Amino acid sequence: MVRLPWLARTAFNKIRTQAEQVGAFLLFLAEIAQQALRLPFRRHEIFRQIEFVGNQSLMIILLTGFATGAVFGLQIGGIFTIFRAEGIIGGATGIALSTELAPLVTGFLLAGRAGSAMTAEISTMVVNEQVDALEAMGISPIHYLVVPRVLASMFIMPFLCGLFMFAGIAGVWMIGRLLFNVDEGIFMDKLISMVQSTDIIKGLRKMFFFSFIISATSCRYGLNASKGAKGVGLATTNAVVHTLLLILVMDFMITWMEVRWLS
Amino acid sequence: MDGSPVAVMIYFQGVSKSFGRHRVLDELDLHIERGKITFIIGKSGEGKSVTIKHIMGLLKPDKGRIIVDGSDIAEFSRDEARSYRRHFGMLFQHAALFDSMTVLDNILFPLREHTMMSTKDMLVRADEVMEQTGVRQLRGQFPGELSTGEKKRVGLARALVAKPSVLLYDEPTTGMDPLISEMIDQLIVEVSQKETGITSIVISHDLKAAMATSDQIVFLYKGKAALSGPPDDFRQSQDPVIRQFFAGKVEGPMEFL
Repeated sequence: MVRLPWLARTAFNKIRTQAEQVGAFLLFLAEIAQQALRLPFRRHEIFRQIEFVGNQSLMIILLTGFATGAVFGLQIGGIFTIFRAEGIIGGATGIALSTELAPLVTGFLLAGRAGSAMTAEISTMVVNEQVDALEAMGISPIHYLVVPRVLASMFIMPFLCGLFMFAGIAGVWMIGRLLFNVDEGIFMDKLISMVQSTDIIKGLRKMFFFSFIISATSCRYGLNASKGAKGVGLATTNAVVHTLLLILVMDFMITWMEVRWLS
Repeated sequence: MDGSPVAVMIYFQGVSKSFGRHRVLDELDLHIERGKITFIIGKSGEGKSVTIKHIMGLLKPDKGRIIVDGSDIAEFSRDEARSYRRHFGMLFQHAALFDSMTVLDNILFPLREHTMMSTKDMLVRADEVMEQTGVRQLRGQFPGELSTGEKKRVGLARALVAKPSVLLYDEPTTGMDPLISEMIDQLIVEVSQKETGITSIVISHDLKAAMATSDQIVFLYKGKAALSGPPDDFRQSQDPVIRQFFAGKVEGPMEFL
């Protein structure tokens, strides 16, 4: 047998491990889809998760959306003033928010706020043998723990993204009115004429896919947490880091497809 | 022990299981009798938990057959294994109660998941098992508010509520004071007597409890059943490994990995 050099062997093993992890993740996603079609439909648990993800993330989404819109308005307002084009500050911010900023920042926020909480909760259940107890009772942990979280996230996260857009517009409106003296009528006119409904749909569509990634990745890391004192912390950190990376990769892929085919 | 097919509930036939290079079960042969209390004992790392996971269909053997009530469970699909596990009740080492539910909801959980019983009937059944395990007064409390012994009793009530045919106990008295250990041992015997036909399998290091309460002891050593029989067989065995375990001595032929 040909003896590979140490570096090549290490690289091969790393690639193989990564490929195995990607394969396992895809199988996990397939099982979520399969279990989601099975009864019973856990209505109460889905509502509980909607309340947890939606209601409890509302303030942070509104505040961040408002601040993002205001800061973006400040930045571009200064540039637009040079060309005496302050009037389009609302429209320009609206396009940036709806197509990119809102889904991306909302995705990051929810990965940190809701996704990490999902991982922490499920990994604590793993450490305390509660997931083993479910298996011992003949209940699929994916059906009981993962499917309600994924369905609730896919339902409520796009709503939160819409609220982020709305709060962002409020932020840029305030900046436009207070700092750049933009006329209210011109602001609204440019906003409505520049921001198309398709821009908003693009943003919400992105958020729909991000919500699946956030919830599924968070739950997977929770279920795979190692038993021990470090298990919960490590699982939560890894879940957030990988979710953020996956959001960025998916954002690029969706945007690329939109630019290449859909537009 | 008559060893007839009717009396034997669970039968391991040449079961081997390895994790990486470490062979945990090595051509293990054992049988567990229906309606009896069987203790599986052995030092740490000898495969007691792995044996129980095989019985529950949570692990599949690399080699060999596991016959439970006439069916080879190694051939079950994942869904078949899940529905097979509904016939089991399990008391976990740390009870594994659901933190977000009250004691009553924890106990009702298996009934809500697996039966079509009316709420009234479920509450009647929950009352029966709470009475049996002495936790009725705790029904409104959350697991975080309970002592270790109370959690164990609630865990036992949850394991019993769906009338399982096999009840598994994973180190039920580990880390508990002698009084609570005694109480749990008594509960194991009471449950076995009251719930007619229930097969109890206990993983334990507690030799005193094994001698006092079991009908059958299985001693695992090097992946095999070094001894399987009534407590008297264990007491009278001249096998040096068993004598060493029984005496609790470090010096002797038993290998420590």
